[in-house]
Amino acid sequence: MAEKKKKQKKEGTEETSEAPEQESSDNVVAPPVSPEEMLGEDLAAEGEKKEETSEAPKKSKIDVSDQIYAYKRVDTIGFGMFSPKLVKKMASAKIVTPELYDKEGYPVDGGLMDIRLGVIDPGLKCKTCGSKLKECPGHFGYIELARPIIHIKYIPLIYSILKSTCRECGRVLVPKNKIGKFVSLLAQTAEEEGESAKRKKISSVVSEMKSINKCPWCRARQQKIILEKPTTFMENDRRLTPIDIRTRLEKIPDDDCALFGINSKIARPEWAVLTVLAIPPVTMRPSITLESGERSEDDLTHKLGDIVRINQRLFENINAGAPEIIIEDLWDLLQYHVTTFFDNNVAQLPPARHRSGQPLKTITERIKSKEGRIRYNLAGKRTNFSARTVISPDPRLEIDEVGVPETVAMKLTVPELVTPWNMAYLRRYLEKGPASYPGANYIVRPDGKKKKITDETKEQIIEEIQPGYSVERHLLDGDVAIFNRQPSLHRMSMMCHRVKVLPFNTFRLSPAVCAPYNADFDGDEMNLHIPQTEEARAEAEILMEVETQLISPRYGLSIIGCVQDSISGNYVLTKLLNFTRDDAISLLFDCGITDFSSLPRKASVSGKEIFSATLPNDFSFEGTTLSGEKVIIKEGKLIEGYMDKNNLGEGSGLLLRNMHKRYGARETIRILGNIFKLGTKVLQRFGLSVPISDTDLPEDARMRIREILDKADKDAADLVVQYREGHLEAFPGRSVAETLELRILELLNKARNETGKVVVEHCDKNTSTLIMALSGARGNLLNLAQMAACVGQQAMRGKRIEKGYTDTTLSVFKKNDLSPEARGFIRAGFKSGLTPAEFFFMGMTGRDSLMDTALRTPKSGYLYRRLANAMQDLKVEYDYTVRDSGRNIIQFMFGEDGVDVSRSENGRINIQRIIDSVK
Amino acid sequence: MENLYKEYDDLLPKSILDEIKEKVPSSISQTRLKKILEASHKEWNESRVDPGECVGLVSAESIGEPGTQMTLNTFHFAGVAEMNVTMGLPRIIEILDGRSHISTPMMEIYLKKSHSKGTDIRKIAQSVKESRLKDILSGISINVAENTISLELNNEGMKELDLIPSKVAAILGKSIKGWNIKNERESITLKARSKDESINEIYKMKEKIKEIYVGGVKGINQVLPVKRDDEFVILTFGTNLKEILKLDFVDHSRLRTNDIHEIRNVLGIEAARQAIINEVYKVIENQGLNVDIRHIMLVADTMCTTGNIKGITRYGVVSDKSSVLARASFETPVKHIISASLSGEIDPLKSVVENVMINQQVPIGTGVIKLMMQSKKELKSSDKKD
Repeated sequence: MAEKKKKQKKEGTEETSEAPEQESSDNVVAPPVSPEEMLGEDLAAEGEKKEETSEAPKKSKIDVSDQIYAYKRVDTIGFGMFSPKLVKKMASAKIVTPELYDKEGYPVDGGLMDIRLGVIDPGLKCKTCGSKLKECPGHFGYIELARPIIHIKYIPLIYSILKSTCRECGRVLVPKNKIGKFVSLLAQTAEEEGESAKRKKISSVVSEMKSINKCPWCRARQQKIILEKPTTFMENDRRLTPIDIRTRLEKIPDDDCALFGINSKIARPEWAVLTVLAIPPVTMRPSITLESGERSEDDLTHKLGDIVRINQRLFENINAGAPEIIIEDLWDLLQYHVTTFFDNNVAQLPPARHRSGQPLKTITERIKSKEGRIRYNLAGKRTNFSARTVISPDPRLEIDEVGVPETVAMKLTVPELVTPWNMAYLRRYLEKGPASYPGANYIVRPDGKKKKITDETKEQIIEEIQPGYSVERHLLDGDVAIFNRQPSLHRMSMMCHRVKVLPFNTFRLSPAVCAPYNADFDGDEMNLHIPQTEEARAEAEILMEVETQLISPRYGLSIIGCVQDSISGNYVLTKLLNFTRDDAISLLFDCGITDFSSLPRKASVSGKEIFSATLPNDFSFEGTTLSGEKVIIKEGKLIEGYMDKNNLGEGSGLLLRNMHKRYGARETIRILGNIFKLGTKVLQRFGLSVPISDTDLPEDARMRIREILDKADKDAADLVVQYREGHLEAFPGRSVAETLELRILELLNKARNETGKVVVEHCDKNTSTLIMALSGARGNLLNLAQMAACVGQQAMRGKRIEKGYTDTTLSVFKKNDLSPEARGFIRAGFKSGLTPAEFFFMGMTGRDSLMDTALRTPKSGYLYRRLANAMQDLKVEYDYTVRDSGRNIIQFMFGEDGVDVSRSENGRINIQRIIDSVK
Repeated sequence: MENLYKEYDDLLPKSILDEIKEKVPSSISQTRLKKILEASHKEWNESRVDPGECVGLVSAESIGEPGTQMTLNTFHFAGVAEMNVTMGLPRIIEILDGRSHISTPMMEIYLKKSHSKGTDIRKIAQSVKESRLKDILSGISINVAENTISLELNNEGMKELDLIPSKVAAILGKSIKGWNIKNERESITLKARSKDESINEIYKMKEKIKEIYVGGVKGINQVLPVKRDDEFVILTFGTNLKEILKLDFVDHSRLRTNDIHEIRNVLGIEAARQAIINEVYKVIENQGLNVDIRHIMLVADTMCTTGNIKGITRYGVVSDKSSVLARASFETPVKHIISASLSGEIDPLKSVVENVMINQQVPIGTGVIKLMMQSKKELKSSDKKD
């Protein structure tokens, strides 16, 4: 008698509600107890009540709201081994023939597609449970193996058991007095250090026993046992057949099993040697019908066919009294087939293949890896009511809006429950039908039946509709939607927006939310999900709304802020511009500001005053600009300084953070939206474009740059000479050659920086390029210097370029040329153009950095997955301790002070402000 | 005033209380201080994490998300004569893996005031470095005819290590068996006791002798004295915390090593936790990224709760999870299911993934609340029954 493989989830479902009871008499998957039974009483009550109170038509006895209740919950899932007895008990058919179908194409009785194992053809009824396709969950079958077969996944267990139990009496090779000690040691480690530590302890205990060669119980001498991978055990050159192994395993008393970590109530070691094999239900391995009408069977069915065939042959040969060699060969073949049925990737075995040569996907391959059952189907969920398309920017949208194309809005729907009060309202959509925009696609009857609205059925449906029905109407402005961009690296990658239905075919979003999504518009696509229940909508609105995500939980500063044009626009406005009052009002009005009372009554208004109109009247703030100048806002007026990235941008400065603290999320988003629009509108009037003349330099500046670079060249040459003559002194811990490299590198970097300084000195401060660089909107001074003056040293792995030919980088240079130009120093600026050699060096570093990114992404992705997996169930309990799912305390208070980072100011509580505010 | 602070000892976390103590002017009135404390307490209470908040995932996101922005290569600090240390993503991975052998073990040895001024800094540095016999040899040769190996010692090298030839000979005598050692002022001659040593054996012995440890601290492979501000610091490649701590010229309070396992073994788990926090934070700061230290603390705490350093790997933290399915959903699912089948494990379905798998509410965030509301209808119908 033997056992079977690991239990899969299936079995879990059977056992769930009660404690896992192994020998439960009917393990045949019973149709789940229907919720209706439990519903019965409630429903009756419901019906009665309805009759009394509501004047609604009495036809519908079922209230839709009842269907949402969860009546059952899976509490635990137990794991265990199948005993041979259990396999037989739960099986609904014994499989005896490898044939699948008879001539008519009907499944053969006792074949692998036996309809007692479930149905996969429409029209047939399952012989076990009587249900049809999709209703029948499938039932196990079994085959009687002619000879026992070792289960490949239990080989390591069998091996260690054989080595550490007596070959005669089956007792563990541990003296009586020590057994108790070991058992309590294991129990103790399990309690103190967890299950994994216990598993490790077990293996160390076992290895201790291996060395004993005399049984302390019966004094029998022990033989050395060797595992010849994958499935053969040898005892002193004599082969142990699975029959021998099974007899030995049978002899082991229950008490001794504990030492191997086996719970004898659940599993017996001998069950690891199979005598019967459970045949998975056909629903688990459905065949597909090809266009030609041919049937194509699942990989598992193929494998099972092999097993059954060989098993039959083995039976016949044994009964016919065939020679031992033939029987043994067949036995080995059967072992091979059963092994590959469980795992087709065993190191020492050739994988079983299709006729086309592609390896079969058997049980282990189905479970394992990213595309396997667990990670692909169980932990990964798919959803309806979602859309995906290209995104494009629209600065006129509010920050928490999302522009949805009309075509999408007509496909995605929101269910609305019909009540006496909204019937007229919903009827409007029904009348429009599915084809014209604010219409409806389906109605759902109270019994859950869905009905499509078409032009023909429209009238009838409008007649039919009554409270209790729900209408799936098109998406409207103001509906909630969850917007997402992959990779979803943090929680701000999925935020809730308000729908705004727009023409054309892309999703539109405010550029201000690009930062949290890490989106740009070079062809990015994003996903939109429409929550379908009140519960989901409430959670989306309360927890995921853009305004609630304003402050990043990573560092406690605003992650949404002005970007690009809105930064440079506000910079120009607050630093340079003056408007006439009329123009100022027109500008502000364009941004949706209608309260001009804070704008001074004079003919010419400064940009600072216009900006101040966006701020609340009682807002005060002190901060600095990027370059360290003071910014003072007093009572809603920008008094000193100007706006730039440091104050308006994401992840920097405390302006937005303070606003959030003072006025709350809603108001901050509103103000930020206004500031954002103000910036872009200013630029629309002011104009910002980058001409090539931004990089023009006067003659004397070019002279100075040339001088600086010439001097650097000369200095480098001097160093090389010193090095060649052996006068160069090495840095401590470095060789002379390294020192030379470091010094040249330092020298060249200095030279490049100096040219940068010259460029900045001679540049007009009000060119577009500098406005962008200084405001922090885009680019920096280095970029400008690289365009106007000198690109600088190209470094690979922190060194000058050394690769290429033997002792030289390119064939145009002499061997061992250590001069700057031969080692990747680019003297020219982008405007004047690079020499071929320089261009090549740039290409080298460009590729190097591409490689870096390509290698980094999977590495950091894996680190992230591990972190997320290890920490996903840590949560804060009501006593403010941080605990894991096993209720172990990880921290007594989160981060030692219990402060939520997204409620802090850059990770801190601003004590100074509190002290100042208390008078 | 002290009483007032004491009153808030339990109400405010220490870090905030300390900050108040520091920032409040000493001439403050009792009533104003009380107001400040009250306001701080209110503010702190409002900024606390909500029960049920999935802080673990938030921390993982906060470290994982900027991971994509970190550099992969170890950059040399151009121009400065510092040591190369693994930085960026590889270093973070190394720390969080809980590896016991890191790629660039390093120490920073600060010296006590009397030694840090720079006089004989080289000698101090040299005395810390692990020295092998080859470092104090000026020559080594084999005399084939007489089956001897003769060593010529380097006086300067010996001086730095405070060695004299007789001492060297004694060290040799201790570590080599079966050879006669003869000491003649500046050279040492070894002769095999057994007559028929083959040339091969002698050659092997010569190579072995070169690697014999003669002085310094084991494990310190390279030393580099550096000036920081106005004191000298010794940077080392290779670490040996235990031995360095024993040296009397070392300023123990500022001694640093980046080997977390060594810290765990010498100073204990709390020190190791702090070391993980410091090291990870150093890297993140170095990359110009902004990640709150609380997230790193939580990671460090998950790694250290058992008392040993467990890496964030399938052998470390993940293998300790109570749920079979949670383990299986990470890596090597079959292995976990098999071992669960033997011991008859019962998955309590208390954490996140398992509940996702069986389509149930996840017990985190809003899912922890088990409060149910009776709908109006139900209320009425139950009333009727009564």
